[in-house]
Amino acid sequence: MNVGDELPPLSVRITRDQLVRYAGASLDFNPIHWNETFAKDVGLPDVIAHGMLTMALAGRVVTDWLGDPGRLLDLSTRFTRPVVVPNDGQGALVEFTGKVAAISDDGIARIDLVARFDGQTVLGRPQASVRV
Amino acid sequence: MPLDQSFSGRSYPSASKYEVSREKIREFADAIGDPNPLYRDREAARAAGHPDVLAPPTFVTIINLAAINTIVADPELGLDYSRMVHGSQSFGHRRPVYAGDVLELTTHIEKIMTRAGNDFIDLRAEIADAGGAPVCTTRAQLVVRGEDA
Repeated sequence: MNVGDELPPLSVRITRDQLVRYAGASLDFNPIHWNETFAKDVGLPDVIAHGMLTMALAGRVVTDWLGDPGRLLDLSTRFTRPVVVPNDGQGALVEFTGKVAAISDDGIARIDLVARFDGQTVLGRPQASVRV
Repeated sequence: MPLDQSFSGRSYPSASKYEVSREKIREFADAIGDPNPLYRDREAARAAGHPDVLAPPTFVTIINLAAINTIVADPELGLDYSRMVHGSQSFGHRRPVYAGDVLELTTHIEKIMTRAGNDFIDLRAEIADAGGAPVCTTRAQLVVRGEDA
């Protein structure tokens, strides 16, 4: 592992049925993630993905690369833009990349991640720290 | 209506214990579309040096979110849930979460502040195992958009 190394990128199509699955698995039943009428009533363009699902996918870029997810110590992000998920069977294409930003003397590496949807980033400063 | 600042510094003990099952880990891994065998296959997890299958890094959102929802539903806090968004989240793992863990979570309101008409609440949750040993620290910032924002 070297500073500047790029992690294998990950592209995911988030679909409505994945939002329903994630709602059930995570017990996050906020209707903005599955009810179009409700989402529009609160000012959103359409149903949006759970920020925590987008975060989990960003984490997957790191754990796929590590192989052993137990080496991931910290994962953090801000949620800056919603991922709008249309009801068209195609879903929302979100693209994740990451690179090794720093390696400390005590064997911890910081990974800087990027999540892009519709030409813009949707997570603010997503980062992971991992055991080298 | 601004939030009741006196809630800063409050702590909420675990309402109940959460027992992590292999089935729930697999369901969660399926929901995030992650095929990693260490989330599913105990022998693969043991071969990698773990006592049992481990959970994805964000798995504890299951208990973290439940605790957050309990706090923000307190009518005395005065939070308008329909104006609330999740601003940020972090997970700091002392060790992975394993199937068979019995977890307890204590949540702390670290800070409540108002900036540019919006309210910000910083929460920290400490997750410990049945022996009281720390497993994970989570931090969340919730943002409540002001009436004019």
